[in-house]
Amino acid sequence: MVNPVHPAPVHRCGVHGVPEIIINKVVMKELDIWYGKIHALKSLNMNIFKNEILGIIGPANSGKTSFLRQLNRLNDLELNYKAIGEVLLDDKDIQSINPEVLRRRVGMIFALPQVLPISIYDNIAYGPRMHGTKDRKRLDAIVEETLNASFLWDEVKDRLLESATKLSGGQQQRLCISRTLALDPEIILFDEPCSGLDPISTAKVEESMLKLKEKCTIVLVTNNTKQAARVSDRTAFFLMGELIEIDTTEKIFTAPSDKRTEGYILGKFG
Amino acid sequence: MKTTTKQKIAFAILFLCTVIVVLPVLFVLAVVIKNGWPAINWEFLTTMPRNNMKAGGIYPAIMGTIYLVSLSTLFSLPIGLFAAIYLNEYAEENMLTRLIRLAIVNLAGVSSVVYGLFGLVMFVTFLKFGVSILSGALTLAIMNLPVIITASVEALASVPYSFREVSRSLGASRWQTIRHSVLPFAIPGILTGAILSLARAAGETAPILFTVAAFYLPNLPHSVFDQAMALPYHLYIISTQIPGIPQQMRYATALVLVGIVFSMNIFAVIIRSKFRKKKKW
Repeated sequence: MVNPVHPAPVHRCGVHGVPEIIINKVVMKELDIWYGKIHALKSLNMNIFKNEILGIIGPANSGKTSFLRQLNRLNDLELNYKAIGEVLLDDKDIQSINPEVLRRRVGMIFALPQVLPISIYDNIAYGPRMHGTKDRKRLDAIVEETLNASFLWDEVKDRLLESATKLSGGQQQRLCISRTLALDPEIILFDEPCSGLDPISTAKVEESMLKLKEKCTIVLVTNNTKQAARVSDRTAFFLMGELIEIDTTEKIFTAPSDKRTEGYILGKFG
Repeated sequence: MKTTTKQKIAFAILFLCTVIVVLPVLFVLAVVIKNGWPAINWEFLTTMPRNNMKAGGIYPAIMGTIYLVSLSTLFSLPIGLFAAIYLNEYAEENMLTRLIRLAIVNLAGVSSVVYGLFGLVMFVTFLKFGVSILSGALTLAIMNLPVIITASVEALASVPYSFREVSRSLGASRWQTIRHSVLPFAIPGILTGAILSLARAAGETAPILFTVAAFYLPNLPHSVFDQAMALPYHLYIISTQIPGIPQQMRYATALVLVGIVFSMNIFAVIIRSKFRKKKKW
């Protein structure tokens, strides 16, 4: 299926992208979002490809987070929220999927590391337990596997039962990644995941993203355009609730077709 | 005037006010302990009153108060907690919920004798529970509900919203989220509020006056439909209704009552301080 507005490129040439067959993981059709009278997202048409890292950039109030929270229906928790249009996940309207099941398939990492004040182990086991996994051995395996995937295992393997709040900010954020991975999601949404982290922690989070891409589809909202340039295969630029441009990261950062994209990337506003 | 002088005067006034707050409490305690302590002994705490209550112990009154407080907790804590969960976690903000909140705040301010009269009409007469432990406990429970609800709502609201968001984002349902990501962190605050309100229930005279309290009973109550003696009411009658009671016995009774209320409050403080140590977000 080809997006009528933004035709899919023949091959992806993000920093780490390799040409491969393109499958649409998510398709959005004429999506509008309101919070009360605020029109947060305006008739959005776009696709997310399977196994890509899609970077979303744009100034504050451009609709990036509204867009992200639509994908796992976290917007449903907001008061006065209303949406029109379709979001298709694997060709199925997400409104017809039970939100609890959907959120298991579409995981989310928040801007600030949001660990629960319980043990490292319990943080990771939280999701599987909520979905009925009680078997201790299975949970042990999930904890080790997901901590390895976020490169945290070696740092915390001896203190899994200590409170997660004792970890540093960067470790907490990687713990959040593990916690999301524990549900084996198909898509992971990153909402400015490195905004509170130092450069070394940021590098570690980015490293795990690139590894995760092999298995999952990643949407990365970031205020840091350099981060989008570093890790994403394609980049979309949002402004005032509108999608201005979406293309390969290389194209967006070297030859954007819209003046506003160029202005934002060069730091003229935002 | 120099800034430092002004500051010293301000501090002095603040300190004085604090002392004025604390002094009466210390004074009351001192008087009660000084006059009551000599009369407190094992016999006083564990035997029935004798000789028209002029001698013997206050055992039935202590037990009556314990029965009343426990039974009223059984009613008020679950109902109050569930109502608080509904109000804080589920209810939408509209006219009705605003009205309910307003009612709760106002109910907390209604004087206790009004609850006593309500209990008399509602439980004793209308529901035909008679003058009984059940009627008294229900009356105390109704009196405590607004306090427990308010404390519980505050405890729930103090749990960061992000906990709920994280839990929901991990695919937990609304109830799972409340059960696993909100309640565990609110329970200590809820317990603190509940214990404080129970301490108040233990000390109130008016709500039990018409609904349960007996002047004198030769036996302990056998069921919740029996009348019972209770400490505050007992203190009231031996202080005003029976001449010739040794002064010491009155103060000793007061000391036992104050002791029960105090130990409950201290228990609440301990729970709260433990919670503060654990709370790290």
